[in-house]
Amino acid sequence: MNWDEIFAAATPELYLAFAGLIAVVLGAVLRERFATVSIKAGALILLGACALSLFNIEGGVAFNGLWETDRFTNLAKAVCYFCAGVALLIAEPYLVKERLIRYEYALLVIFASLGMGITLSANDLMTLYLGIETLSLSSYVLAAFNRDSQRSSEAGLKYFVLGALASGLILYGSSLVYGFSGSTNYDAIAQAEFGIGLVFGLVLLITGLAFKVSAAPLHVWTPDVYEGAPTPVVAFFASAPKLASMVVFATILFEAFGNAIDQWQDVILIISGASMLIGAFGALRQTNLKRLFAYSSIGNMGYALIALAAGEDIGGPALLVYMVIYALSQLGIFGVLLSMRRRGGMVEDISELSGLSSTMPWLAVCMTALVFSVAGIPPLGGFFGKLVVFQAGVEAGLWPIVIIGVIASVVSLGYYLRIIMIMWGGDKLAPFENMSGTVGITVSAATILAFPVFTVVIGWMMSLAGGSFSLG
Amino acid sequence: MELTLAHYLSLSAALFTIGVFGIFVNRKNIIVILMSLELMLLSVNINLVAFGAFNGDIKGQIFAMLVLTVAAAEAAVGLAILVTYFRNRGDIAVEDVNLMRG
Repeated sequence: MNWDEIFAAATPELYLAFAGLIAVVLGAVLRERFATVSIKAGALILLGACALSLFNIEGGVAFNGLWETDRFTNLAKAVCYFCAGVALLIAEPYLVKERLIRYEYALLVIFASLGMGITLSANDLMTLYLGIETLSLSSYVLAAFNRDSQRSSEAGLKYFVLGALASGLILYGSSLVYGFSGSTNYDAIAQAEFGIGLVFGLVLLITGLAFKVSAAPLHVWTPDVYEGAPTPVVAFFASAPKLASMVVFATILFEAFGNAIDQWQDVILIISGASMLIGAFGALRQTNLKRLFAYSSIGNMGYALIALAAGEDIGGPALLVYMVIYALSQLGIFGVLLSMRRRGGMVEDISELSGLSSTMPWLAVCMTALVFSVAGIPPLGGFFGKLVVFQAGVEAGLWPIVIIGVIASVVSLGYYLRIIMIMWGGDKLAPFENMSGTVGITVSAATILAFPVFTVVIGWMMSLAGGSFSLG
Repeated sequence: MELTLAHYLSLSAALFTIGVFGIFVNRKNIIVILMSLELMLLSVNINLVAFGAFNGDIKGQIFAMLVLTVAAAEAAVGLAILVTYFRNRGDIAVEDVNLMRG
């Protein structure tokens, strides 16, 4: 074994796995005494992993080609670990108030993040499958974390059944790809002759991965899981795993099937168009905020898929930039949802935001900026995310899908504006209970990041990921 | 009659389809869904081992071992979630999994 190679390519994951196992032992020995410390320790561990992946940003190949990292994946990994760490920090006040504070929460988030790191580094179908399962199995348990709640356990059950079905599809697709290309390695698959067997395998793989990013044909689990699972868990699901799954979707299509773009481009375009339309129209009749943002996320995955369909050179950097902006703004939005607490219980209905501008003006300002950012209103970060995605679509000549995307954006403005109108124009209700410090800081930071500060960061990220970015 | 790769692939495709149908057609019991999921994973194993044997490649068998391990973990997690669900609802009928919809 060549340790230099392994450390160059896989330091963040080795560190995460090691730290996670130590935390398991600490939890088993200290039990309840470890519970409150575990959240902060877990967040520190994840932020450490984020720093390590930025430190080793060049990456490398390890484990005989099973594992490959480069700037693109390391950047995605760093953002994933950062989002997971922040999602863990903002979970603490909720967990304490709902009496859910158990050390397993931090462990599950750490191992889910490890799963994300493994899938992002995968250069082989075996590594991909093991990473996806590490992420998914932890996520199922997280969704059912409030085990005394009917809704939470139902969300966990639904997520498990549909997620395991999707894993089965990915696996069956992988087995066909392996059989007809003769190898599980991405580079070898890319060399293989493209026949009908590979097409079958590829379509099954795409279907399974579309489930994991909650794109159209298999999106049905998203609203239910978002509504049923505890809010901090949803904050986690909406940010880091979405980003990771989308980037993994891109790496496998670009690296293993890059030559066969004609075979999968149409499939991705159909999935993308359907997701955008379902996301836009599905959200219009929702009254529960978590359900609404579930549909919003389905639509946003549709936009990201446009960049995916544009191919590696044009779409890759655009996809990463879009997903990073999206993941960070989701953390802010779910921070606001986490601070919606009245008379000892969480409230989730849109009408509960009524008159927020006069009772808690700063929260209303933050929510407005974040919602406008996700909607893609010009001066905010989300606008530039959509801009680079549409630009990539136009450059690749995918006019019809860009037009559908613009229509879906306009329709989705309907429900985003409804939230804003209720906040600024509705009758005054009793104020929410005081926000805890970490949640407030996260919401404010996400809001500041949503402002044009981002354009500078975007340019830097695009150059790092290997693309170019110009305004307009 | 000699067994060819096509026979193994047909068997595995049939088992996989039965597994998928077991999830969607079954209206009674969630345990049946767990069994169907297991069937899907095992049918993939037939595929992997058959491909490995006919291509003269060891990777298929290694992949199959990994899938077996993951299948065990998945069954454990699934049953654990099912137990919490049963404790909350007192029932595991598929038709009753409908607190949230819309």
